[in-house]
Amino acid sequence: MNETTPAPAAPAAPAPAVPRTDTPGGKGPRPAAASEPGTRARVAELLQRQGVLAVLLTVVIAASFIYPTFASLDNARGITIQASFLAVVALGMTMVIITGGIDLSVGSVFALGGVLAAWASQYGFLAALLVPLVACGAIGLLNGLLIARGNMAPFIVTLATLLGARGLLLAITDEGATTYLVPKDSAFGELGQGSVWGFGYPILVALVLFGAGGLVLQRTSFGQTLFAVGGSSDAATLMGLPVARTKILVYTLSGLLAGLAGALNAARLSSGVTIVGVGMELDAISAVVIGGTLLIGGAGSISGTLWGVLLLAVIQNLINQIGSLNSSYQSVVSGGFLIVVVVAQRYLARSRRST
Amino acid sequence: MAPPEAVPQAPEAAASTASPVLEARSVSKRFPGVVALDDVSFSLRAGETHALVGENGAGKSTLIKVLTGVYRPDGGDLRMAGRPVRFARPFEAQQAGISTIYQEVNLVPLMSVARNIFLGREPRNRFGLIDFARMHRETTELLDGFGVRVDPRRPLHTLGIGTQQMVALARAVSVNAQVVIMDEPTSSLEPREVETLFRVIENLRGQGIAVLYVSHRMDELYRICDRVTVLRDGRHIHTGDLADLDRMQLVSMMLGRDMAEVRRSGVTSFAAEGHEAARTPVLTATGLSSRHHLHDVSLSLYAGEVLGLGGLLGSGRSETAKALSGALHLDAGELTVDGTALNRLTPAAAIRAGISLLPEDRKAEGIVPGLSVRENIVLAAMPRLSRAGVVSRAKQDRIVDIFMKRLRIKASSPEQKVGELSGGNQQKVLLARWLCLEPKVLLLDEPTRGIDVGAKAEVQSLIDDLAREGLAVLLISSDIEELIEGADRIVVLRGGAVAGELAGDDVAEDRLLEVLADHAPAPEDKSPAAQEDPR
Repeated sequence: MNETTPAPAAPAAPAPAVPRTDTPGGKGPRPAAASEPGTRARVAELLQRQGVLAVLLTVVIAASFIYPTFASLDNARGITIQASFLAVVALGMTMVIITGGIDLSVGSVFALGGVLAAWASQYGFLAALLVPLVACGAIGLLNGLLIARGNMAPFIVTLATLLGARGLLLAITDEGATTYLVPKDSAFGELGQGSVWGFGYPILVALVLFGAGGLVLQRTSFGQTLFAVGGSSDAATLMGLPVARTKILVYTLSGLLAGLAGALNAARLSSGVTIVGVGMELDAISAVVIGGTLLIGGAGSISGTLWGVLLLAVIQNLINQIGSLNSSYQSVVSGGFLIVVVVAQRYLARSRRST
Repeated sequence: MAPPEAVPQAPEAAASTASPVLEARSVSKRFPGVVALDDVSFSLRAGETHALVGENGAGKSTLIKVLTGVYRPDGGDLRMAGRPVRFARPFEAQQAGISTIYQEVNLVPLMSVARNIFLGREPRNRFGLIDFARMHRETTELLDGFGVRVDPRRPLHTLGIGTQQMVALARAVSVNAQVVIMDEPTSSLEPREVETLFRVIENLRGQGIAVLYVSHRMDELYRICDRVTVLRDGRHIHTGDLADLDRMQLVSMMLGRDMAEVRRSGVTSFAAEGHEAARTPVLTATGLSSRHHLHDVSLSLYAGEVLGLGGLLGSGRSETAKALSGALHLDAGELTVDGTALNRLTPAAAIRAGISLLPEDRKAEGIVPGLSVRENIVLAAMPRLSRAGVVSRAKQDRIVDIFMKRLRIKASSPEQKVGELSGGNQQKVLLARWLCLEPKVLLLDEPTRGIDVGAKAEVQSLIDDLAREGLAVLLISSDIEELIEGADRIVVLRGGAVAGELAGDDVAEDRLLEVLADHAPAPEDKSPAAQEDPR
């Protein structure tokens, strides 16, 4: 609603519901699987939605028997803190992919957020959070504007900002020569290193964000519009949904989350490391797709992404446990999983259609 | 009521006291090279059902898009209840009370029925979150009113196309619309669903809601509409009570043709006499079977004849055509062309053997909208026109020129994008694409669906000519008249199997109905032809 004159008979659009994170409970109940399309379709739908959880549980249980060191609380703490940063990035990526888009810039934005947070941490806790959020949100907004208003392909736009953000980062750090450190014993450092029962704060932040993200996706107009835009952009436009505004918002959100994840990572590492986040966008996309979200958009879930992120982290941890395996094999295994998931999605989609 | 208004520019001259809810004044819309709407005025009164008719390219779609905020007019203005309005986006038109259901269902396939109906205006609970329980309850109530029983949580794409259309309709009327625009709403509906639609329209009329009804089906217009507006070549031709016009008058206004000429050429444009068919079949299909679709379908097709394929919706007509063109996976069956059996049946093999299929769904299966008329026509002929991978432009131009003239394709130039053409002209481009392959067998699946009267007539007489020239034509049509008058023989399908064959004098409406009726699966599943036909 930001161009031309609204006619007297055309009142303003209802604003999308503000996500309320103060409501009790987690995600809203998913509507149960359709009752009529038959058992096979129901199983297929369940598999698509929860298949990754089944795989994750299987892997975890099997690993616990084989490697006694795997099933320790310490190891769980390690895995989850490792996964928490990717999780926050993948949360934004899930929403972007549900709209049928892609955000390649998140890895660079993640690194930029970290450096900005470390630099700003000398001015206090609030600055250390706000500076990266504003900058990274602005990059996301730029992505959104170019994609929604400029009608450009998400792949190209976010590829450009991937390069741009990385370049900006190098400029700020004198090509990586300057490393900004987070002051010792600062509140911001505590945010990265503190913990509850040994589980780091970033894990809690990620969990809260996932809860809120689930609510937004399933129980708000904004969330529904994300699905509609990804499912059929033309239909969404003809139904009078705010397609452009939704796209702008979702890329901004993705930028904000990547920046936040970067800031948390910097707090944990006590410094703005410039070389982090390379290829992180691909990890995030993998986690989202393994989690059952369709790369073409229109279907997906936040919980699936959470399991996808954890699965990737567990695989990495296991390969480290094995020890004799080169850690490069992690990518091989993740890649294998990705192919399995994509093949399974095709098969499931077909069996759902044919019933 | 008043006689048809001689002066179209007098929206309120009629005796009726109803004021126009929606009015277009001198609206113009230009596209590069085309004036789509030229000074068109028209008004909709509360509680009326108003037919909007015209040939393809008459400007109906453009007018609808202007009314619904998809396009902004270049000139003129829109008024609602006398006040000028401007719509920058479809959303604004909807807020103002104008709802639209489109010919192709415009909903989100992967989302549930309830979510589709309530997208953008979901009921909230006290936390500001979507109240799914209420949404599902209200969806069920709403759809019950339409006689549709369906689980509101079911993903839309798992429903039949007719039910999807009813969901679209439910969405349209549930937004407190003052005006509901229906663009070819019945083109994908079964007769029973059409009846439901008409009941809904009656209901809307009772509530004082204006309906703008666009359809090519004369029966429907005369049954449901009060007034009619005729457009032709982007200009307003006539507005008046439908009861004052007979069909011939209406058709001649749409075509801009002499009434006597229309009468002489009959309702369809097929020649009265049949064709001389050859003795040996060009194409023989034996025992075509495909799980869920076809069961042991056998038929043969002779050069120089039009073989009609009859049947109700879902009887396997399109599947048969697809099987014959190699586009459907077969579990069993054999296809012989000119005495040679095809061993691997793929679309490429079928094309090489001289079989061409004009698919039912132009948009999804045929036309490449972003390419030009020339490129679309020569697409399939590319291998023949090229030597060592280099395509001769001169040859292309010659072929394109011949077919554009022969099929009377209306385009500003061969370089115009096909997406900008009207439906009828797109169909002709597709036909040209296959004809320049010089096929022996032409499979036509609903070749005249969704195109206007004039283009329809041209396509029909073209089919006639092609058979006369020795082509074997398979014609699928839900238009019973088209099937009866166009075909020399008719094979009737039911449930994916052959239910009967009509030849000679048996190719008549009553005989066809008998075959269809004998095999009608359920009493409520009437054949399309069993609908009342006042003619």
